[in-house]
Amino acid sequence: MSPDLVKFLFGRLTWDAIPFHEPILLATFAVVALGGVAVLGLLTYYKAWGYLWREWLTSVDHKKIGVMYIILAIVMLLRGFADALMMRAQQAIAFGDHAGYLPPHHYDQIFTAHGVIMIFFVAMPLVTGLMNLVVPLQIGARDVAFPFLNNFSFWMTVGGAVTVMLSLFVGEFARTGWLAYPPLSNLAYSPDVGVDYYIWALQVAGVGTTLSGINLIVTIIKMRAPGLSLMKMPVFTWTSLCTNVLIVATFPILTATLALLTADRYLYTNFFTNDFGGNPMMYVNLIWIWGHPEVYILILPAFGVFSEVVSTFCGKRLFGYSSMVYATVVITILSYLVWLHHFFTMGSGASVNSFFGITTMIISIPTGAKIFNWLFTMYRGRIRFETPMLWTVGFMVTFVIGGMTGVLLAVPPADFVLHNSLFLIAHFHNVIIGGVVFGMFAGINYWFPKAFGFRLNSFWGKVSFWCWLVGFWVAFAPLYVLGLMGVTRRLNHFEDPSLQIWFVIAAIGAVIILFGILAFLVQIIVSIRDREALRDVTGDPWGGRTLEWATSSPPPAYNFAFTPVIHQIDAWWDMKQRGYERPTSGFIPIHMPANTGAGVVLAGISTVLGFAMIWHIWWLAALSFVALIGSTIVHTFNFKRDYYIPAEEVVRVEDERTQALRSLA
Amino acid sequence: MQALKKIAVAPLLLALGGCKMVVMNPSGDIAAQQRDLIIIATVLMLLIIVPVIILTLLFAWKYRRSNEAAKYDPDWHHSTRLEIVIWAAPLVIITILGAVTWTSTHLLDPYRPLDRIAPGRAAATKPLKVQVVALDWKWLFIYPELGIATVNELAAPVDTPIDFDLTSSSVMNSFYVPALAGQIYAMPGMRTQLHAVINKPGEYEGFSANYSGAGFSDMRFKFHGLSQADFQQWARDVRGGKGELNRSVYLVLEKPSQKTPVQRFASVDRDLFDAAVNRCVEPGKMCQHDMMRIDAAGGLGMAGVYNVTTLEYDKRVRRGEGGLRAFVAALCAPPKATTASVAR
Repeated sequence: MSPDLVKFLFGRLTWDAIPFHEPILLATFAVVALGGVAVLGLLTYYKAWGYLWREWLTSVDHKKIGVMYIILAIVMLLRGFADALMMRAQQAIAFGDHAGYLPPHHYDQIFTAHGVIMIFFVAMPLVTGLMNLVVPLQIGARDVAFPFLNNFSFWMTVGGAVTVMLSLFVGEFARTGWLAYPPLSNLAYSPDVGVDYYIWALQVAGVGTTLSGINLIVTIIKMRAPGLSLMKMPVFTWTSLCTNVLIVATFPILTATLALLTADRYLYTNFFTNDFGGNPMMYVNLIWIWGHPEVYILILPAFGVFSEVVSTFCGKRLFGYSSMVYATVVITILSYLVWLHHFFTMGSGASVNSFFGITTMIISIPTGAKIFNWLFTMYRGRIRFETPMLWTVGFMVTFVIGGMTGVLLAVPPADFVLHNSLFLIAHFHNVIIGGVVFGMFAGINYWFPKAFGFRLNSFWGKVSFWCWLVGFWVAFAPLYVLGLMGVTRRLNHFEDPSLQIWFVIAAIGAVIILFGILAFLVQIIVSIRDREALRDVTGDPWGGRTLEWATSSPPPAYNFAFTPVIHQIDAWWDMKQRGYERPTSGFIPIHMPANTGAGVVLAGISTVLGFAMIWHIWWLAALSFVALIGSTIVHTFNFKRDYYIPAEEVVRVEDERTQALRSLA
Repeated sequence: MQALKKIAVAPLLLALGGCKMVVMNPSGDIAAQQRDLIIIATVLMLLIIVPVIILTLLFAWKYRRSNEAAKYDPDWHHSTRLEIVIWAAPLVIITILGAVTWTSTHLLDPYRPLDRIAPGRAAATKPLKVQVVALDWKWLFIYPELGIATVNELAAPVDTPIDFDLTSSSVMNSFYVPALAGQIYAMPGMRTQLHAVINKPGEYEGFSANYSGAGFSDMRFKFHGLSQADFQQWARDVRGGKGELNRSVYLVLEKPSQKTPVQRFASVDRDLFDAAVNRCVEPGKMCQHDMMRIDAAGGLGMAGVYNVTTLEYDKRVRRGEGGLRAFVAALCAPPKATTASVAR
């Protein structure tokens, strides 16, 4: 074949893109490939493909989509954490003449991938998954407002994750840090495919995130059960609403910013280049106008989880519900007014810096109020230390330290000495692990029985919790110290041997966290094995207070046979107090959305489009773009969008539950 | 076993290691004031953090389910008085901290010339001017008044205000000497400033605090705080040595290199820093300020296409990408619009 033809067919893609010379990558690829083949083989052997396709992949059921989001997050957590371990190992050994085992070319990709994966493909899917699973149940809805869009959003997120994973084995990932500041991320300084992988992974996943944000806002605003006024909504629903408002208002900024960077890289424009009066500072501003609200997108739902967990396990109504809601709303608004605190050190004037420093500190007031509200919910409660409650107490103690170092970093002159240091790294891991991750584990332990009908094993849950808590402090306390020693982030090797001990301790902490992750996996496996012993027939294993505990576990496809009527905050608790009788007759057919494979198809084509753009395979890009538009049009002619669950089916399901409940009594 | 022993003594090291924490024990007045601010802010916040942690653990223990003796009040969920306190307490702390922030941010603004060199000692001497250019991956220091320049070596007399001007040749870096003062970014096409003073003689670490690519980890230099006499001697040594930093030497120097050894230049082109900021060190490039002046006057219209190559500053071949670049503007450019510069 002529070179021109090869270039036409494959663009920039050559055999050199496959990292045959990197033993670490090759071994990883072998493991992933073998694992993949094994899973595919098992699916074929058990003839599970049809089941998987019909019941899960094409499902528009918000509960199943929520579960799939969380599975995606856990898989990506393993990848992101492997990156973390590699970085900790490199920094623990690369001292003086010892260069460590990762050359900068590889190491720089790892810290970039770690950040991107943990934020976009671990934390985001965890949060979105939990919101999907819980919000419609908490507001008494049968599904989200746009069920197909929900499925499509999930698969776009998967498409982004697949793109990032692909960069491991075909080509390389960005070597720019997780926010890809230009000019470094521009063509002149990063000409290879790494940044393109970054851009297209985030753009594909970003479509999903934005659409799911719109979906959940509409769901919460329009689909609440009768009587469920805004100020009676469960706090988790409130925080979800605020988070999705933030998503819808900020993700388009990320999309636009990355589109401008794409134009710089593909169309030779000069938005962020040094050439022709381009302005890299503009990118820094734009990316943080998205980036700061992003951290509140992650933490608000975690706050919601803690609110639910603390009131349930203290057997007590949440203290200060209204101030909790106002605090959430205030945080939502303020989160837009603080972005510049990420670059005090880029030469803004003193008044600008003080303004953004002070707005940042003001956020700690509503956050402080929230902490006190949880504290006074515990006061005169009767606390059951089940796994979710352990995570909550662990969070309260850990998070306040992270909040304190955060406010410290908001004081501009203090930030001048701490910016980009390992102190900063310790700070944001302190709030993201201590806040978001702890919150998500609390949420998973809390709502798992709702999703699957049996509780998670509490012994392994507690092992996981203690490993995470101890591991976090062992891993990140040394980073606080190193930051005060003036050690900066993203260094590949060090001169000063006296620093080594701290990095060794941090690496030990990372290993303890590894045990926490493994214990969590063991917890899931053990719980599935012992599912009969852990079975919850009541649908309300914890003595819950909000509406999701009113239905069976797992809930039927339609969630509630009759839409409940709400009179009080903590609707289910109120129903129980008033001696609620579950209806056992008079069922009617239920109108439900139908499954569709369109989401898988559209997201699959989008991923191919991204891949073609990354490698400059223009014919494939054009073809997949046409295919994308075509499939969308074809999908609009699909009129089998909905169906009725016949009354007999509802009667059968509800009778089964009646029997089960009776056998319990 | 060795490792275990090391871990066992770690807390001890922490206690003794105070003197190694350069951020908490700096040698320059600005960094010392920043350190004081860290302490003040931390103490202020601990006023609220410590009680919260204690109360959390106390309530968690006292109201555990097995403790039947503790009062259980499932319907208690509101108390106006308590709510006022829980909003007001953080508000008070943040009000105080906000006031401290406003004043200290203005007083310690890196762009503000120093009015003191140490507590109680006014800045009387003329500041030393240093121009800093972050190159791939080393630091260039130009002393315009002394007519000398160095690479990866910075020196300054003690108790003399230093007046830094900073820029970068390619990507963003951050200039940071923890013992001296907080950091400031060095960015291409932009000029930032930092005012600082070193109070104790000694050799200090300086480095880039913002990741800038493959050679970033070795982008380090030594900062020498010298007595007035030693500094004069140092400057004489540099001036007496060899080397001239003119534009063509600079263009070679700015090419990417790693672990660059210290270099000294006995003389330096006075306009070099200005040209570096305006990205016109290379012959045939239009300076940014000229371009901005043209644009401010309304631009050149179609004639602007003559400027295309003079405004292309990034040296693309250097970090990997080869070949010429296509311009959208070139589509409507006259055939020979290659090197002509309208402004010159």
